Amino acid sequence: MLTTERGRIVLGLFAITVLGIAAVYLFGGKDSNLVTQTVVTGLLLGGVYVLVSLGLTLIFGVLGIVNFAQGAMLAMAMYLVYFMVSSAGINPYLAVVLSAPIMFGFGWLVQSTLMNRLITDVGHSRPLLVTLGLSLLISNTLLMIFGGRPLNVPSPYAGSVQILGAIADVPRIIAFVGAVIVAGGLIVILRKSPVGLAIRAVAANGTGASLVGVNVKRIYAMTFGLGAASVGVAGGLLAPFTSLVPSAGDQFTTLAFVIVVLGGLGSVPGALVGGIFIGLLQTVGSLFLPGSGPLLLVFGMFVLVLFLRPQGLFGANK
Amino acid sequence: MSLLVLDGLSKSFGGLAALGNVNLEIADREYLGIIGPNGAGKTTLLSVLAGQLRPTSGKIVFDGQDITGWSADRVASVGLVRTFQLMRPFESMTVLENVAIASHNKIRSIPKARDHAADVIDRVGLGTYKDAMSGTLPTAGLKRLELARALALEPRVLLLDEVLAGLVPTERAPIIDLLREIHQDGVTVLFVEHIMAAVLALSERLLVMHEGQQLALGVPADVIQDAAVVDAYLGEDY
Repeated sequence: MLTTERGRIVLGLFAITVLGIAAVYLFGGKDSNLVTQTVVTGLLLGGVYVLVSLGLTLIFGVLGIVNFAQGAMLAMAMYLVYFMVSSAGINPYLAVVLSAPIMFGFGWLVQSTLMNRLITDVGHSRPLLVTLGLSLLISNTLLMIFGGRPLNVPSPYAGSVQILGAIADVPRIIAFVGAVIVAGGLIVILRKSPVGLAIRAVAANGTGASLVGVNVKRIYAMTFGLGAASVGVAGGLLAPFTSLVPSAGDQFTTLAFVIVVLGGLGSVPGALVGGIFIGLLQTVGSLFLPGSGPLLLVFGMFVLVLFLRPQGLFGANK
Repeated sequence: MSLLVLDGLSKSFGGLAALGNVNLEIADREYLGIIGPNGAGKTTLLSVLAGQLRPTSGKIVFDGQDITGWSADRVASVGLVRTFQLMRPFESMTVLENVAIASHNKIRSIPKARDHAADVIDRVGLGTYKDAMSGTLPTAGLKRLELARALALEPRVLLLDEVLAGLVPTERAPIIDLLREIHQDGVTVLFVEHIMAAVLALSERLLVMHEGQQLALGVPADVIQDAAVVDAYLGEDY
């Protein structure tokens, strides 16, 4: 029953998106090449949002922790890639693959040494403050090591290609493809692997999971690790078209929170669909609204969803 | 040789003693019924044994090993498994997935764990609901699921907390048969239950608890004749 409900939501959202874009083409009074360009840009921007949201939704959904360090961890991953590229001269995309396990280890360590001690029956508010502290610690460590001067990671595949007459940056296309791969990988892990099964069980009911032999703290560490690894991939894929400063991750975090709540806490497909939708809404909206006006559409949409479906598009009905 | 030994087991919440000095030896393959009025400490006893609550004092020895203070998942994986009076399935997951999590304790391979889980589900009579979302099951189905999850851990001791509560008599009978079968297969059972007919039909020994204390212990037929038990639990007019 749930699957058909999900099916309807995906179909509905898809229909709204397609109709919306069609309406812009027909009645928007804009040059059709310009519309195509904004749609392509929107899709690619959506890919970026998806990348940033995936780790957040996983940690949020399973541990119930709002990870305030998400942006700082994203910046950390970018600098990690920058460091590998600038010191060892390796391909940035190879550095992305290398940074994922490093970030996994970092996330695992943070959860098992710092936060697991604080997660008690009392609630999840104390780990939340730890993530805030962690965020300050990471940002300032990055500032200390790399300084505040903007850096950049050159992509070996810089340049652009034409898609239906629209111009698309190759690094952004790679990031989009990466977002879909990471989302797909997470879905497969959650659905098909024993660890994924245990993660979902812990998300549904931690006490019940421990009574069927699941080590809940280990699963917490695993989840934070997986979340950090997704952030690691995100940072690496964004680095070639982002100017690196220690606060580089912050610009994405607010929207990532919106996308995670919109898609449903803990839902990977929700983050995927929500991210792309928000990306499209923002760029297509910019055809009609000046400056930061499109954000008004995004947050308006967000409020609407909270009214109509507070559990988020893909959230479980609780 | 006792499989499970409780040595001076106590549990207090603040100043309130929910369990006071429980001493009990449970033999391998025994079926021990536990009765007592509400608040007698039956559920607390199961929670302490399952590792969810740490005892205030005393020791739990399982199969010669001191397991006092072990975490719930560790206790479950050595074979001391509890069920809940109020069922707590992983609602957003299918029945098969619910049980497969438990199967994965002993079995790493995914297809093998699924086969194992499917067998257990058939055994408790939920075969037709295998792929249903567990949140959609009716009460009787949830009780069976609760049992299936416990059985998939291949327990040596089952701690059953009112598995029959909330079921109508026609739903109880097959579960009672199932419990008898599980016991005959060599599982030791601690059976907390209010349905006296079931307690008397299944239990080899009967423990009566009252205000956290052991009030009586012995052959069920003798225990329910005991005047103190009748007063405390069954009512003076019984």
